[in-house]
Amino acid sequence: MRVVQEFTKGLWKEIPPFRLVLGLCPTLAVTTAGKNGLGMGLATTFVLVCSNILISLLRKTIPSKVRIAAFIVVIASFVVIVELAMQAYFYPLYKILGIFIPLIVVNCIILGRAEAFASKNSVLPSIADGLGMGFGFTISLTVLGSIREIIGNGTLFGTSIMWSSFEPFGIMLKPPGAFLCLGLILGLMNFISSRQKGH
Amino acid sequence: MSDYLLLIVGAIFVNNIILARYLGNCPFLGCSTRIDTAIGMAMAVIFVVVMASGATWIVETYILVPYNLEYLETIAFILVIAALVQFVEMFLQKSVPALYQALGIYLPLITTNCAVLGIAILAVQNDYNFVKTLVYAFAASVGYGLALIILTGIRERYAVLPIPVHLRGTSIGLVTVGLLALAFLGFAGLV
Repeated sequence: MRVVQEFTKGLWKEIPPFRLVLGLCPTLAVTTAGKNGLGMGLATTFVLVCSNILISLLRKTIPSKVRIAAFIVVIASFVVIVELAMQAYFYPLYKILGIFIPLIVVNCIILGRAEAFASKNSVLPSIADGLGMGFGFTISLTVLGSIREIIGNGTLFGTSIMWSSFEPFGIMLKPPGAFLCLGLILGLMNFISSRQKGH
Repeated sequence: MSDYLLLIVGAIFVNNIILARYLGNCPFLGCSTRIDTAIGMAMAVIFVVVMASGATWIVETYILVPYNLEYLETIAFILVIAALVQFVEMFLQKSVPALYQALGIYLPLITTNCAVLGIAILAVQNDYNFVKTLVYAFAASVGYGLALIILTGIRERYAVLPIPVHLRGTSIGLVTVGLLALAFLGFAGLV
């Protein structure tokens, strides 16, 4: 029961990056299309789950004074694995995501979950937590990427979905569009959750 | 000489590290509510980024490349940065207490500021030499500080305004950054 809870909290109640405003850089940078958001989300999920497993297994061995450094090494190792795997099997996506793949190391969500959850809990809840947070992050990135792709390019996952005379707002694919879009989504999330509470 | 001038203008305005390259956003939104915090953070970032880029350049050129270990770049860089930040913190505490007072609390936060690792990686990817790396790191982090201080100025101005309740906090902050990024888009094509 608890495992299910740990999983589902990442999907709505604490969904990153909308609720926990962490890991904004990859969120903003790679979401120029739904597909890129999905790829980045899955790569982050993999690193998150693997590092959660390893850190939770080692939680009694790692001395608490050097724990942050130890966590970073664990995370960095998995990031290198992802980086090499993507270079080998998903080269076009690797090209698009570029510098943001090595930067998964400093994604605050991963270090945050390692510190706040995996270092205090056993393996199974840690896996659930990693999967939940990872999928939450993937969903957020895909949604944000899709919105920007639809408005900025008139397509969704590469297929044209808008009417033929639709004039795409190119600005949505540029940095200002990313910031505006994320800001408005955060506002919308606040609105929805205050409605749920009945205010 | 004009080479360096273009590099500096390009890094501060055209490819501003936050507004055009999306690096270092978390502390950007977190530390932009009071102007003195923002100035402290900006100074700390400039200081650490220049030192970290120099150190990672040395590691890349003299250790990783000769032994064909470029695939370890990510791990090596983050370790160098983490160790450097720790070392700088201890050094400042012992030797320059005044500077430590000013920058101290921001230093630990900087390890997870992706601008530091990002600038180091960008400098290596662009094949800059040592001097160029330092100039680029300095200019890029000045750009970071500039954007941070401008945003803080704006946020302080609207702190007392009646913003719709659901948009308060990070949400309106991001919209402001969006408008700021729109303004900085005007520099595109300058270099």
